[in-house]
Amino acid sequence: MTNLQLNTEGKLKHFLTIDGLSKEILTEILDTAESFSSMSEQRVKKVPLLRGKTIVNLFFENSTRTRTTFELAATRLSADVLSMNIATSATSKGESLLDTIRNLEAMHVDMFVVRHAISGAGHFIAQNTAPHISVINAGDGQHAHPTQAMLDMFTIRQHKHDFKQLKVAIIGDILHSRVARSQIQALNTLGTKEVRVIAPKTLLPSHVESMGVTAFNSMEEGLEGVDVIIMLRLQKERMTSALLPNEREYFNCFGLSEKRLKLAKSNVIVMHPGPINRGVEIESCIADGPHSVILQQVSNGLAVRMAIMALTLQSYGEA
Amino acid sequence: MNKILITNGHIIDPANNTDQSGTIYIADGKILASQEQKPDFTADITIDASNKVVCPGFIDLSVRLRDPGQSYKGTILSETTAAASAGVTSLCLPPDTRPVIDTQAVTELIADKSEKANYTQVYPIGALTNQLAGAELSSMFALKQAGCIAVSNATAPLASLLVLRRAMEYASSHDLLIMIHPVTPSLSNNGCAHEGAFATRYGLPGIPEASESIAVAQCLELAELTGCRLHFSQVSSRRSIIKIQQAKKYGLKVTADVAIHQLHLTEDDIEPFNSSFHVLPPFRTNKDKKSLRESLANGTIDIICSDHQPHDLDAKLGAFPETEPGISSLETLLPLTLRLVQDNAITLSQGIAALTLNPATTLGIESGTLTPGRPADICIFDPSLSWTVNPENWRSAGCNTPFWGQTFKGRVTHTLQTGKVIYSL
Repeated sequence: MTNLQLNTEGKLKHFLTIDGLSKEILTEILDTAESFSSMSEQRVKKVPLLRGKTIVNLFFENSTRTRTTFELAATRLSADVLSMNIATSATSKGESLLDTIRNLEAMHVDMFVVRHAISGAGHFIAQNTAPHISVINAGDGQHAHPTQAMLDMFTIRQHKHDFKQLKVAIIGDILHSRVARSQIQALNTLGTKEVRVIAPKTLLPSHVESMGVTAFNSMEEGLEGVDVIIMLRLQKERMTSALLPNEREYFNCFGLSEKRLKLAKSNVIVMHPGPINRGVEIESCIADGPHSVILQQVSNGLAVRMAIMALTLQSYGEA
Repeated sequence: MNKILITNGHIIDPANNTDQSGTIYIADGKILASQEQKPDFTADITIDASNKVVCPGFIDLSVRLRDPGQSYKGTILSETTAAASAGVTSLCLPPDTRPVIDTQAVTELIADKSEKANYTQVYPIGALTNQLAGAELSSMFALKQAGCIAVSNATAPLASLLVLRRAMEYASSHDLLIMIHPVTPSLSNNGCAHEGAFATRYGLPGIPEASESIAVAQCLELAELTGCRLHFSQVSSRRSIIKIQQAKKYGLKVTADVAIHQLHLTEDDIEPFNSSFHVLPPFRTNKDKKSLRESLANGTIDIICSDHQPHDLDAKLGAFPETEPGISSLETLLPLTLRLVQDNAITLSQGIAALTLNPATTLGIESGTLTPGRPADICIFDPSLSWTVNPENWRSAGCNTPFWGQTFKGRVTHTLQTGKVIYSL
């Protein structure tokens, strides 16, 4: 794992998962992102770090929001960007994935940003692409979404400084969530005091404790004294596959309400990777309220993705 | 027919409790005698088996030859060559060939191709249902007449428990052994890894143990109801073993096999997203592995098979869940069995019985022993000879093994099938 993501000097080459990366590397990403975060307020919002580089966004799964931030991040670094939405059927095989990659390689690109519905797709591409190409995982199946996790860490650090003192609760569909897996790994690597997951058993993966979390089936128990609340988006299809009865019951048990928010620390921050289902996982007044940092997450996404692109193409620091 | 003499070997024949050095005399494709002197015997070929083990040829209950139908993965010629080099002298071919083994025409084609490959003892397993579609019973009597040694639906699901019950009743009417891959499809839910820490960490859809053990429990209940001869193929979990053990104590006619790699690898050994480790049933936990090894030692599991499934490169080239499951495993069957002996999990005699006598008993065939009068199916191996899994040594068309590049101790030096040397190193 680690070897695949790092070059021979131990520097980030691909960014596929948080799993196996050191605290130093995660901190370097956060520090680099910090230096980019003030750029958005400047009159000229562009640096020439990746001038002459070509970045291809390969989205096998639709996501306008994530794709847009990657496009914007690449543009701000002066790279040339090509975005491709590749609709795939569930039965499409690895060969066609590999063929797509080979065709683009022939056009001398420098980086693939990949989103795919199958776990491990990013690893597969990184293992099979030309050696000079970097691969960034923009979400693969239920496995990992490491750039989302890093922007969440960045947002937490802005508000809370020291991870060692923090209790963080992640709430919702942990089982199907690549975001949750990457968040858990990032929080633990950064030394978070306690990571909790709160969900009904149908939405918790088996042996979830092996990832270094404490599992709760009740909001009342799990939210007690936490510093950070991370809500996950609930997909509608969970109701039809007998994982949950209905949205109303879910909200009654696991929705974030004003009353439940009081169980957490008074300076708690509330996060959500978006898009929000208002009234399903979170009350509107909390999403828009003083504890919410949801929109900051979105703007931080840009700086963090710029940092990861610059670091993986090894151009940061050279310029 | 050649007369063959095998001298100075360490003979292990579990059927006769033999475990000593001696000589074996072969004539007319049969074992003429073992141990005692035959002064008037003039051998055409003499094999010196000094420092080697001489045992019955292995009988493998599950070998995908990929032929007919998927010759880009393997052919009857390539895979029987691999079998011969692995000491396997009889093998069972599951019915999921293309076309499936549900007519006499297909069994004839297989027999014809095996004969051309100079490998005679390929035992086709007939489809339990037409086209393996799980709904209508196959012509089991005709399939038995055509040479099918058992019936099975391979890994294809059955429409209902009623179909399973009727299939068991009908098969037992013709005294046909039923082989079952115990899986509950709705619980496996298209998973690709054991539902445990590994699947959770890498976001892979999981297969719970209960998918297997529930199917085992259902089959055992129906076997009691119908009185059929039942064999479980490739059991992988502790809970299944407990159920099989209870049934055996109770006196049910049931046997079980385990794929050799399940006795060595667990979810902890899987290299992340390395498709060579993608296999069904999936690699489970250390606890399951321990239980599988114990059950082999105490006889709850009777048989070790290779569950050989060669693949082309493309089948394994992709993101883990999208790749095809299965391991090319004939050629690591013996060395991995010897590793069990080295680990003190079983004795050498138990290991050889699990590869010879026990599968012969389950199938009801004459092979699997060195008793005079029986077919001269013999494997001679050097237990201390080291070899590496690499293209030079590998014979199967499928290179899909998690053991690629590893060095093993123990290698087959001669294989005899009905008195003919079909392989020598």
